[in-house]
Amino acid sequence: MATGTRPPRPRQLTGVHDTSRAAIAARHLRTDRWWLAPATTAAGLLAFIVYSTWRAFANADYYAAPYVSPFYSPCLAENCVPMKGGPNWEIFGSWWGLSPALLILIFPLGFRLTCYYYRKAYYRGFWASPPACAVAEPHGSYTGETRFPLILQNAHRYFFYLALPVAGILTYDTVLTFRDSTYAWGHMGLGTLIFLVNIVLIWAYTLSCHSCRHVIGGRLRHFSKHPVRYRLWGWVGRLNARHMQLAWASLISVALCDFYVYLLASGAITDPRIF
Amino acid sequence: MTTYDARFRIWRGDADGGELRDFTVEVHDGEVVLDIVHRLQATQAADLAVRWNCKAGKCGSCSAEINGRPRLMCMTRMSTFSREETITVTPLRAFPVVRDLVTDVSFNYAKAREVPAFVPPQGLAPGEYRMQQVDVDRSQEFRKCIECFLCQDTCHVVRDHEENKAAFAGPRFLMRVAELDMHPLDAAEAEGLDRKRTAQEDHGLGYCNITKCCTEVCPEGIKITDNALIPLKERAVDRKYDPLVWLGSKISRRRD
Repeated sequence: MATGTRPPRPRQLTGVHDTSRAAIAARHLRTDRWWLAPATTAAGLLAFIVYSTWRAFANADYYAAPYVSPFYSPCLAENCVPMKGGPNWEIFGSWWGLSPALLILIFPLGFRLTCYYYRKAYYRGFWASPPACAVAEPHGSYTGETRFPLILQNAHRYFFYLALPVAGILTYDTVLTFRDSTYAWGHMGLGTLIFLVNIVLIWAYTLSCHSCRHVIGGRLRHFSKHPVRYRLWGWVGRLNARHMQLAWASLISVALCDFYVYLLASGAITDPRIF
Repeated sequence: MTTYDARFRIWRGDADGGELRDFTVEVHDGEVVLDIVHRLQATQAADLAVRWNCKAGKCGSCSAEINGRPRLMCMTRMSTFSREETITVTPLRAFPVVRDLVTDVSFNYAKAREVPAFVPPQGLAPGEYRMQQVDVDRSQEFRKCIECFLCQDTCHVVRDHEENKAAFAGPRFLMRVAELDMHPLDAAEAEGLDRKRTAQEDHGLGYCNITKCCTEVCPEGIKITDNALIPLKERAVDRKYDPLVWLGSKISRRRD
């Protein structure tokens, strides 16, 4: 039998290198800095992950009267620092020995992890699926959000429902910042302003959520029969158009808020009082 | 009027193979990439295959990839490039190539046929349909689509995975499902067709990971991801993953 006369069978090619498509060897022909956006996104998210992991496990320096770090509010274990009038709800009792932040952070983490904007951000930034538009991804196969675990992204609206009481509690914490370190009401410090900015951004991010937009009115077929929900849907829609900016702004503000409390609690700075 | 010579690399070939070929071609003020391709046909490459029609960004024929980005050639101004750079033009890389800049986009027509059409409401004859503007605003955004298929081309689900073409309709046709599901008079549900459920089960909505490339390349500026795909995903959740909505629909039976 003659051998060596038949050309070797080509490797199974797929995607932009599929044999039916234009024969172009390059994975992409983009000439702009397409890698900058996913790289910046990944770096930003990574910085927050490192910072929040350190702070969540630190279990220290999270309360400096009258400020409580948003990472530790509400404090659900008995090992929390007593906070006068603050969010000490010891529903987990004394058996919880780890940082109490871990009990509460699961909710905002789940909300942001399943958020439609953050999904885009980490699919592009971390998983390169795709790294950028018209830049071939490095994966041999792709099933998207059709299977476990990514099918769980469909639970986003439940995390939205859970994010509402968390934002409510952070609002309560912000109200508590109108006290001084002796718990007397009617005072403001620099921390109060930081907490105010943070809570506005937290609410704006939470209410601009795509699931909120759907629940408020997007699921309706006849807006004309529901004028109030239609108007609310319009408002949420305007916020929703800024969802990415609000996601980043609130992520940064919540970290800054926590860092400010850390600086106060560790004694690095004192809170400048306004009145 | 100023004139200069621009450097182009244009893919020439067919299904059996091809390559990027270099051309130097004259450019005048106010021209778009399609003008330059036409000048090439007139002066240097008479057999260069290119599909085009309106030259006004409304027919969706001249889709190609310019410097690696899916775009309409007629809507890409030469003034957006520096005079020094070499401009690369290739056919759409998600579809089978026919020749030069022309691809076989029949995948999209096959997918269009898979979406069940508008179901007319019972008891209303054509001409008797009455709808409020607020009820059709959302759908009208999707009707701006010119079917250039740039969104289909850039979507990594099929661009990078040929095997997904059987299961995934692509952004353009998921948007069509959303448009019909939001249509105030569509009677599909009364006829037993649940578009929310079929969006996921028949048209592959779950493959979409909302990375927004479809929105980025849409020449009509349609917010495909935010206004069609994500709302459709939320509607699928209503049907398949949210027991509260299911319970509510069983109790109230109210039509929204």
